[in-house]
Amino acid sequence: MKKLINNPADVVKEELQGVALAHGDQVRVHFDPAYVVRVDAPVVGKVGIVSGGGSGHEPMHGGFVGYGMLDAACPGAVFTSPTPDQMLEATKAVDGGAGVLHIVKNYTGDILNFEMAAELAMAEGIEVESVVIDDDVAVQNSLWTAGRRGVGATVLAEKICGAAAEAGKSLKEVAELCRKVNGWGRSMGMALTSCTVPHAGQPTFELPEDEMEIGIGIHGEPGRTRMALKSADEITELLALPVIQDLPFEKGDRVIAMVNGMGGTPLIELYIVYRKLAEICEAHGITIARSLVGNYITSLEMAGCSITLLKADDELLGYWDAPVKTPGLRWGM
Amino acid sequence: MVTRDDILAWLKCYRQTLAENKDYLTRLDSAIGDADHGANMDRGFAAVMDKLPSVAEKDLGSIFKTIGMTLVSTVGGAGGPLYGTWFMRAGMALDGKTEVTSADLLAAFQAGLAGVQQRGKATTGEKTMVDAMSPACAAMQASLTEGGDTATALAAAAAGAEQGMRETIPMLATKGRASYLGERSIGHQDPGATSSAMLFRCAADVLGRAQ
Ligand SMILES: Nc1ncnc2c1ncn2[C@@H]1O[C@H](COP(=O)(O)OP(=O)(O)OP(=O)(O)O)[C@@H](O)[C@H]1O
Ligand SMILES: [Mg+2]
Repeated sequence: MKKLINNPADVVKEELQGVALAHGDQVRVHFDPAYVVRVDAPVVGKVGIVSGGGSGHEPMHGGFVGYGMLDAACPGAVFTSPTPDQMLEATKAVDGGAGVLHIVKNYTGDILNFEMAAELAMAEGIEVESVVIDDDVAVQNSLWTAGRRGVGATVLAEKICGAAAEAGKSLKEVAELCRKVNGWGRSMGMALTSCTVPHAGQPTFELPEDEMEIGIGIHGEPGRTRMALKSADEITELLALPVIQDLPFEKGDRVIAMVNGMGGTPLIELYIVYRKLAEICEAHGITIARSLVGNYITSLEMAGCSITLLKADDELLGYWDAPVKTPGLRWGM
Repeated sequence: MVTRDDILAWLKCYRQTLAENKDYLTRLDSAIGDADHGANMDRGFAAVMDKLPSVAEKDLGSIFKTIGMTLVSTVGGAGGPLYGTWFMRAGMALDGKTEVTSADLLAAFQAGLAGVQQRGKATTGEKTMVDAMSPACAAMQASLTEGGDTATALAAAAAGAEQGMRETIPMLATKGRASYLGERSIGHQDPGATSSAMLFRCAADVLGRAQ
């Protein structure tokens, strides 16, 4: 294992210390229990938005705390869900009297821990709504699985809901909007290489030099198929077509398109993927109204990318364009 | 009667068993999960052992609820809330007691199982810890109905849990992280069922010898 760390056991703690020092103007980091929170929390009268999950996906979620996006984020150990005490404290810290939305990615651990936290917060008199994101088309959504995984649409949901909360929408309205984003968003990812969880010390899975995994999860969960490496254009098609067919996205649809890096792939390659994605969308009569290209929901140092399409109407585009100022996403201010 | 000291000895046995089997449980979890179950449980019960002295003089209900809360706040993942719920619910069944009968223990185990099923929404046959906890309760109940003493009933519970654990091997996982593997989950023993069987084995070994 070759990593820029001091000690596997201190990775999350030291990362959070760095975040606190680098972005002290926007966020505060609380330790024991660990959460990242907006400096001006709680914002009185505004719906608070809390998300969280295992670490190793930076900038998600801690990097999305700030004006116009999340009020707080709870980081777990690398690839392990955080615990209810973190979520409860974060929820209390951001409750400005208008209730708190929990945005939860669909993994059993995250679901169970957020569920307990919501029960505890409600027992303390805080109104909580939870929305589960499950946009990964690689997983069959059936009675026979824990359901689709939450991936790229989470980033878009956090941005859009953050803007709605900033605009003074009620908890019910922000939660409804979040469900709409989840309903209209679809993603799929792929890996060129594996990743190594610091405390495991070994790559999560083996992937030979000349092979790739299509449909990979953000924790290295297996995807749909493993196959021989192909060109960027072919890979983009392998990801984009299942995404388009799943919703399905149709001729005349406007979308927000995200090409996301898994952590180990340079931007130069992500733009090659975006170029092909734009071509595929055009061929399907789909208009890319807004785009986002970069590393937003990563899987440590895994090389690879994911594609997310979100069908967007004027409401979603309006919230997308609204100002945001977080360490990981910033425009309009 | 099973005394509070017996119960504390049982928990200590479980903590040691987890420490000794940390790598084994993690190996099971790396086959069908994310290779953290051993580390998660070890971390959780190390924290439980740190907490226990502060409640060791209280009733069993308080002790179990403290264990549950400690697991919930230190384990994370799916195992944390599920085992945490097991201990909290078992604790509710033991409220106010400082010594218990085998019937009290069974009621606590059943309450724990009901809590785990309510939280995780799994039934038997889905390749989870429920597949060890549920047959343990059934076997213990059958033994008590037949007039078995505490030692016999707990031995039956442990054997039931272990059989349930082995029966997870051919199962297709339909809950938790293992379900993403689909058919590829078949042929592996479930790590959560394994750690649960260890809990009942310690109960049989320590509490069964108690009187
Ligand atoms: N819905 C469920 N009901 C009961 N038991 C479950 C459920 N889902 C998972 N489990 C049990 O949890 C065990 C895995 O626990 P572990 O501590 O490894 O958490 P995890 O699944 O890795 O959590 P995370 O996904 O957050 O990392 C499984 O072996 C299984 O027995
Ligand atoms: Mg696990």
